Amino acid sequence: MDGAPILLELGGVLLGLAVLARLAGKFGISPIPFYLVIGLAVGKGGIVPLVTADEFIRAGAEIGVVLLLFMLGLEYSAEELGRNLRSGAPAGMVDVLLNFLPGVAAGLILGWTPVAAVFLGGVTYMSSSGVIAKLLDDLGWMGNRETPVVLSLLVTEDLLMAVYLPILAILTVSIGAAASVASILLSMTAVLVVLLMSRRYGAALSRLVFNPSDEAVLLTILGLTMVVAGIAERIQVSAAVGAFLVGIALSGPAADRAKVLLAPLRDLFAGVFFVFFGLEISPAGIVPVLFTAALLAAATAITKIATGWWAARRIGVGPRGRMRAGTILVARGEFSIAIAGIGVASGIDELGPLVAAYVLILAAAGSILARASDPLMVRVLRRRRPLVSARP
Amino acid sequence: MPDKRAQLSSGPEIKETNLPGVGVRFDFSTESGENVAVVHHRTGRRELVLYEREDPDCSRDVLELTESDSRTLAELLGGAKVAEELGKLQQSVEGLAIDWLPIVVGRPYAGRTIGDTGARTRTGTSIVAVLRGDVAFPAPQPDFTLEGGDTLVVVGTPRGIEDLATILQTG
Repeated sequence: MDGAPILLELGGVLLGLAVLARLAGKFGISPIPFYLVIGLAVGKGGIVPLVTADEFIRAGAEIGVVLLLFMLGLEYSAEELGRNLRSGAPAGMVDVLLNFLPGVAAGLILGWTPVAAVFLGGVTYMSSSGVIAKLLDDLGWMGNRETPVVLSLLVTEDLLMAVYLPILAILTVSIGAAASVASILLSMTAVLVVLLMSRRYGAALSRLVFNPSDEAVLLTILGLTMVVAGIAERIQVSAAVGAFLVGIALSGPAADRAKVLLAPLRDLFAGVFFVFFGLEISPAGIVPVLFTAALLAAATAITKIATGWWAARRIGVGPRGRMRAGTILVARGEFSIAIAGIGVASGIDELGPLVAAYVLILAAAGSILARASDPLMVRVLRRRRPLVSARP
Repeated sequence: MPDKRAQLSSGPEIKETNLPGVGVRFDFSTESGENVAVVHHRTGRRELVLYEREDPDCSRDVLELTESDSRTLAELLGGAKVAEELGKLQQSVEGLAIDWLPIVVGRPYAGRTIGDTGARTRTGTSIVAVLRGDVAFPAPQPDFTLEGGDTLVVVGTPRGIEDLATILQTG
């Protein structure tokens, strides 16, 4: 077999990603929209459609989602999730109401099926943990008073996704109502059991995984995560949730090593995953939905800002901090794409172009809005009170 | 919305806030009214944060510190080393407690020696250091004379330390 075509195609794609990632870094915005553009360019009806690398990218995208969610799970422990769920519940509820429902409503207005509308709800609900974590660091906001609120909202979203994805997985297979309910209960139970087990046996699992050889740790963790993800997908809990739970279960030295060892792999395959999503969409299909996507983006940017504003005000943060909390939450990215990806894979084709355009807009606008929020608020507040009196 | 509040001996109140997925933030106000926070990232990275005057929610300056940077800074600021060493000791021996006990002016042991307290024979605790103003006397001998205002650094079982505290109060 001639290896040249696939090497050339993959290498070309990776170099394209590399160039755009540098460009994005220069302007301080997320590279995700650029990755999508590359996918559009090399996909169906793009400028240079791929011929041989298609299969690899398809498999790579699958691994990309699994790694994204696994690494996310690594950041949290089961205790932390439980504690956060209690303290973050009110803000989490507001987040769901303000950001999930508009997506569902938009889907229904567009005349989509209820199932497709529920998918769109997830797309507009999930903020991008990846983009936001990077922004918090870049802007030096980690010590800010509003930041715990932002992080807590993200954690709640991630946790709710572990409940939401299995529901999606079941909604997309056409079975009876009773069977659906039973199936949903089963998957919820599975998620809960794993969470509780990881609290008790997480340390033992981590010891088992740990080994002085980097190679052994890497292969063990990667293999384990993929097997669990595969099983989860098989029983309709969704691969992403399986991987997330493995990440939560791992802790201590094993988790620290996993973070270092798997981060480069995650970056590679997450890139492939964004390309793959763009690949499946014809650029010509994006143009007609661009206006709808822009409207939806504007509406759900405002609802996210309202969510952050409300949550920050609740703990006594001032107007500038409220605006920062709101604007930083606007960015949508990897999770919106992951949800839409599941939808497209199960035949809801209308999700693809709309979500691609939506994420293109909000991944970029989210970074820009967060950067602009503070200077903007300073100006607004100055205008309102020309003389800023010194605080007592 | 701090998750915990704590106070070091006679210092300002320290507020502890969890940053899910990132680490913990500790903050306090200096005597001059400036807010200061330290963010402990789980990776070992530390950030020292100062806040804006106009917007007390926002960080004005962030100093990024690696683990060894923060150790150096703590040592330069003083005092931390003793606490760290004691902390290590406490971690390595289960059931061991460390406490700081004051010698109050006018109480029975101000002006008497460590031997007189009978700390070791009566409670099994050891007085490992005496702090007097800015000066520390490590490993004091039994004939060391205590003064009102001294602070004893005591190591022992929690029970023994409680007993010693009572003895110092009442004689």
